[in-house]
Amino acid sequence: MPLLDQAVLVLAAMALFTAFALLAQTRLTAAINTFAWQGALVAAVAALTGRASGDAHLYVSALITLTLKVALIPWMLHRLVRRLSLERQADPLQHPALTLLAGAGIVVFSDWVAAPVAHFDASATRNVIAISLAIVLLGMLMMVVRRQAVAQVLGFMAMENGLFLAAVASTHGMPLVVELGVAFDVLVAMVLFGVFFLQIKNSIDSLDIDRLSQLAEPVEDDERGDAP
Amino acid sequence: MNTGALALSLAGAAVVAALASAASGLLATRWPRTLSWLAFPLLALCGAAALAAGIMALASDSTTTAILPLGLPWLPWHVRLDPLSGVFLLILGAVLVPVAIYGPGYTRVFRNGRDSLAALGVFTGLFVTGMLGVLLADDAFLFMVAWELMSLASYFLVTFQHEVAEHRRAAFLYLLMAHIAGLAILLAFGVLAASGGSFAFAVMRSHPPDALWASVAFALALLGFGTKAGLLPLHLWLPEAHPAAPSHISALMSAVMLKVAVYGFIRVVFELLGPPQWGWGVTLVLVGATTAVVGVLFALQQTDLKRLLAYSSVENLGIVFLALGLALIFLGSGHPALAALALVAALYQALNHALLKGLLFLGAGAVLHGAHERNLERLGGLQRRMPRTGLFFLIGCMGMAALPPLNGFVSEWLTFQAALQAWQLGSGLLRILVPVAAAALALTAALGAAAFVRAYGSAFLGRARSRHVRRAHEVGRGMLVAQALLVAACAAAALLPTTVVGLFSSAARQLTGAGLEQAGSRGWLWLTPIAPNVASYAPIPILLVLALLGGLLVWALRPSRQAPVRRADPWDCGYAPPTPRMQYSAAGFAQPIRRVFAMVYALDEDTDAATATHRLLVRDRLWGWLYAPLGAGLDRVADFARRAQTGHVRRYLSWSLITLLVLLWIIS
Amino acid sequence: MDHFLNPLAHALSALLQPLLLLAAAPLLVAWIRRVKARLQNRRGAPLLQPYRDLRKLFAKEAVVARTASPLFRAAPYLVFAATLVAAGALPLLSLRLPSAAVADAIAVIGLLGLARFLLVLAGLDAGTSFGGMGSSREMLVSTFAEPALLLVVFTLAMTAHSTNLASMVQTTLNAGLVLRPSYLFALAALLLVAIAECGRIPVDNPATHLELTMIHEGMLLEYSGRHLALMEWAAQLKLALFAALIVDLFLPWGIAAGFAPGALAWAALALALKLGVLGALLAVAETALAKMRLFRVPGFLNLAFMLALLGLLSHVILEAAT
Repeated sequence: MPLLDQAVLVLAAMALFTAFALLAQTRLTAAINTFAWQGALVAAVAALTGRASGDAHLYVSALITLTLKVALIPWMLHRLVRRLSLERQADPLQHPALTLLAGAGIVVFSDWVAAPVAHFDASATRNVIAISLAIVLLGMLMMVVRRQAVAQVLGFMAMENGLFLAAVASTHGMPLVVELGVAFDVLVAMVLFGVFFLQIKNSIDSLDIDRLSQLAEPVEDDERGDAP
Repeated sequence: MNTGALALSLAGAAVVAALASAASGLLATRWPRTLSWLAFPLLALCGAAALAAGIMALASDSTTTAILPLGLPWLPWHVRLDPLSGVFLLILGAVLVPVAIYGPGYTRVFRNGRDSLAALGVFTGLFVTGMLGVLLADDAFLFMVAWELMSLASYFLVTFQHEVAEHRRAAFLYLLMAHIAGLAILLAFGVLAASGGSFAFAVMRSHPPDALWASVAFALALLGFGTKAGLLPLHLWLPEAHPAAPSHISALMSAVMLKVAVYGFIRVVFELLGPPQWGWGVTLVLVGATTAVVGVLFALQQTDLKRLLAYSSVENLGIVFLALGLALIFLGSGHPALAALALVAALYQALNHALLKGLLFLGAGAVLHGAHERNLERLGGLQRRMPRTGLFFLIGCMGMAALPPLNGFVSEWLTFQAALQAWQLGSGLLRILVPVAAAALALTAALGAAAFVRAYGSAFLGRARSRHVRRAHEVGRGMLVAQALLVAACAAAALLPTTVVGLFSSAARQLTGAGLEQAGSRGWLWLTPIAPNVASYAPIPILLVLALLGGLLVWALRPSRQAPVRRADPWDCGYAPPTPRMQYSAAGFAQPIRRVFAMVYALDEDTDAATATHRLLVRDRLWGWLYAPLGAGLDRVADFARRAQTGHVRRYLSWSLITLLVLLWIIS
Repeated sequence: MDHFLNPLAHALSALLQPLLLLAAAPLLVAWIRRVKARLQNRRGAPLLQPYRDLRKLFAKEAVVARTASPLFRAAPYLVFAATLVAAGALPLLSLRLPSAAVADAIAVIGLLGLARFLLVLAGLDAGTSFGGMGSSREMLVSTFAEPALLLVVFTLAMTAHSTNLASMVQTTLNAGLVLRPSYLFALAALLLVAIAECGRIPVDNPATHLELTMIHEGMLLEYSGRHLALMEWAAQLKLALFAALIVDLFLPWGIAAGFAPGALAWAALALALKLGVLGALLAVAETALAKMRLFRVPGFLNLAFMLALLGLLSHVILEAAT
C-alpha cells in the first residue's frame, strides 16, 4: 500500500483517538484544543486524499475546514469560555472507565455496521468509513455523558467532523456548494450558541444542562420545581 | 486384556475402594481410629487406581464401554471410559491420594469432639463414589444418580461441624443451589433424550437435536453445570460452603468437584449437542471473563483464608470456561485445530487449578491446625514457625499467580496462544472480542498475583498479629507429606508440559477431531503448540538457568571474613520500635484496589477515631440484586399459595372433586 | 572454520548479550540522570557514578531485620536472576540466537512478574509499615500496567502472527518502512507502561527520600549491602530491558541477521544510540512532568490501556485484509 494511503489511515486513527480524548477530557480549554486538533487531522486527511486522487477541490475543502474548525470556531469558543468565566471549571465523567469501554464498543459496532458499505469501495482507504461513523457516534456519546453546555457544542461539532471525514473517504468530498452550505450552517450555529449560553448563564447562573429544566419555571415562583 | 479394558477395570476398582471406604467409615462409630487405618488408606487406593486408569485411558487413546447389571430393568447403567473421562480421573486421583494421606493427621483433632467421625468417613467415601460415577456414566440415568449422590454426600460433609450457625446456613444455600443445578441438568438431558428417544449417551450422540433445541439445551446445561462450577451470578454458595467443610474436604470440593462440573459441561456441550454454534462460545467467553474478574476482585478483599481460596476458585473456573468458550468459537467457525488448542488449554487450566488449589487448601488446613486461626488479620510470621508448610504454600501461591516456570503459567500461556490465533477468524467482531477477552484474562492474572501476594504475605511473613499465632507449631508428617506430594505433582505439570499436552490432546482429538501433534515437534523440552517460530516455551531451561544464576550469585557474593549477615531491628524512622500492629494489615494491603474498584463491591466501612477501630464489611452486590429479590418473590408466591390451606375440610374435598372431574374429562 | 566458529559464536553471544545489557544498564541510568541534571541547570554526577555506588554496596555489610524470614535473604538473588533471564531472551544484537527459542514476549513479561512477586513479598517480610505501603502500591500499579502491556503484545502479535520476539522483529524488518496506526498506538501505550513498570516520574520518583511517597524504594527500605546492590542493579536492568524492548519492537533497524562481527558491532552501536535517545526522552519527560498522586495512576494506566485497545481496533478495522 503506497505511503500516502498509509498516512491517511494513520491520520484517521489519530482522529479517532482525539474523539476518545474529547470524551474523557475534563477541562474545557483542553477539550477545545483537542477539538482543534481533530479538525486539523481531518483537514490533513482531506488534503492527502486530494493529493492522492488529484481532486483539486479537496484542497479547498481542507482549507475551509482548517479556517473554520481549527482557527475560527475554537477561537470563538475560547472567547466564550473566557466571557462566561469557565476556564477553571472541570467536568468530570461519572464513570470514566465505563464510558471509555462504551466508546470502544461503539467503534466495534461501527466497524460491523460499515462492513457491507465498505465492501463496495475498491480503494485502500475504505475502512476509514467505519472510523468516521465511529467519530460521529462518539460525538453523540459525548453529548450524552457530558453535562457542561460548551462540551455539548464540542460534541455536536465533532459529529460534523466525522461526517466530513466520511464524505472525504467515500466519495472524495461533497460538492463544493454543499460543503460551503454546511460550513456556514455550523458557523451560524456557533454564533447562536454563544448568544444563548450568555442568556442561560444569566438566567439560571449555571451551564449544567441537567439544570436546564429550571428555565421552564417562572422567575417569581421559587417554591415549585426542584433542580435535579 | 487390552489397555482400555484394564483401565476400565481399574476405574471399577476405584469405585469399589471408595464404597469400601464409606462402609468402613461406619466402623468409626465404635472404633474411631479405623478412620485413619482403614477409611483413608482405602481412599488412597481409590485415588491411585483412578489416577492409573486416567493415565492409561489417555496414553492409549482408547474408549471402552460396558453395561452394568444395575439400574432399572429397561434402562441398565452404561459406563464408558474415554480420554475425556481419563483427564478428569487423572485430576481426581492426583488430588485424592494426597488428601487421603493428609486426612489422618487432620482429623485426629475431631476424635474426641462432638462431631461424628463416622459421618465424615461414610460421606467422604460416598462423595468420591458419586464423583467417580459421574465421570464414568454413559447414560443420563447413572449420571443423575451419581450427581445427586455427590451433591448430597458433600452437603453432609459441609454440615460436619453443624453446631456453628454459619455452617448450617451455608449448607442450606449449598443444597438449594445444588438442586437447582441438578434440575437444570435434568431438563437438559430431557431435551436431548427427546430428540434421540433414549437416555443413553450413545443414542444422544447419534441423534443431536436441531439448532433451536440445541441452544435451549446449551442454556440449561450452562445454568446447571455453571451453578455447580460457580459461575457468575450463581456462585454465591461457593464462598459460603467451601470454607465451612473440613479443610481436606474443601480441597476435594474445590479441586475435584468443580472439575466434575466442568467435565459434565464438556460432555454435554461438545459431544451431545451436535455441531456447536459460535454464539455459544461468545456467551461462554463473556460469562467466563466476568466471573474471573469479579471472583478475583472479591478474593482480594477476603480476610478469611479459606474464603479467599474459595473466591479464587470462582476466578479460575471462570478462566476455564473462557478457554472453553474460545474452543466453541473456533469450532463454530470451522477451525478444529485451534479449537483443540483452546480445549487443551482449558483442560490444563483445570488440572493446574486442581493441583494448586488442593495444595493451598491443605496448607490452609495446616495453618488452622498449627496456629488455630483462619483470619489473615490475626495471622503473621508463620514462615519461621511453620517453615515447610510455608514453603509449600509459597509454591502454591506462586503457581496460582501464574508465574513462570510454575504450572499456572503454562495453562495461561496456552490460553493466550489460543486467543491470539483469532486473526484466522473471519468475523471482525470475533477478531476484536477474542483478544479483548484475553486482555480481561491478563487483568485477572494481575489481580490474582496481588491476591496471593496478600494471602502469603499476611499469613506467613511479617510478625504474628496475635498471641496464639506467635505460638504456632508445625504440623505432623502425614500432612507435610501430602503437601509435598502435591508440590511434586505441580512440578511435574510445570516442567513437563509437552507430556501433559500430549496426553490431553487425545481428549481434544476425541472432541474436535484434531489433535496437537505439533506441540512436541521440537522434542520434549520445547512446547510449541502451533509452530516453533510462532510461539515456544521451555520451562526446564528457564528453571535451570534461574537456579544456576542464583547459585552462582550466592557463591560469588559469599562474604569471606565476616558473618553472613548482621541481625538488627527493622527501620523505624528514629521513633518507637514497630509493633506487630503497625505492619500492613490484609485489609490495608488491598485498600488501593478496593478504592479503585469500589463500584464492584457493596462496601460497609467506617472508622472510629476515638476507639481506634476500623470496621469493614465487603459483600457481594448480587445478594441484593438477584438473590434477595428472588427469595422475596418466592416468599410472596408461597404466601399466596398458602391461602389454599384454609383448614376447611370441605374446601379440600372440593379441590379433590374438581381434580377428579378434570382428570376424567382428560382421559375420556 | 565457519562451522566450528558458529556454535561457539552462538553460545558466546547468547551469554554475552544479557551480560552486555547488564553492564550497560547503570550507564543508561547515569545518562538519564546526567541529562536531567543538565536540563535543571546542574552539572550532574559523572557517568560512572552508578558503578561506583554498586561497588561500594557490594563491599558493605548486609544487615537483615530480626523479624525477617529466609525469603528476605533469598529474594535479591532470585529477583536479579529472573530479571537477567528475561533480559537474555530479548534479541538485541542478533536475530539468530539460541535463546530465540524461549524469546517469548509473554514469558518475558511473566519472568518480570516473578521478579515483582518476590520483591513485593520481600517488602512485606520485615513487618514494617513502609514495606507494606510500597508493596500495596506496587500491586496497584501492576494491576493496571500488566493488562496494558499484554494488550500491546497482543496488538503486535496480531500483525506478526507470533509472540516470539525474534519473529516479531523479523516481521517489522521484512515489511520495510510502513506506517501502521496500530504500531503507533502500541508504541505510545508501551512508553506509558514502561514508565509505570520502571517506577519513573510521573508514577514513582526513583530519587525520593520521603517514605510516604515511595513505591519501589519503600520495598527496598530494609535492604543493605550486597542485597541492596543486587536489587538496585536489577531495577536498573529492568529499565534497560524496557528500553531495549521498545527498540526491538518498534525500531529494530540495525540488528544483525547472523554473527558476522562487523554486523554485530554495527548492531551494538545502533542499539547504544537508540537507548541514548530513549533515555534522553525519558529525562525530558521526568523534568517536564510532576509525580502524580497514587490514585491518579490508574487513570494514567487506563490511558495506556485505551491506547493499546485503539491499536488493536485500528489493526482489525484498518489493517487486516478481510
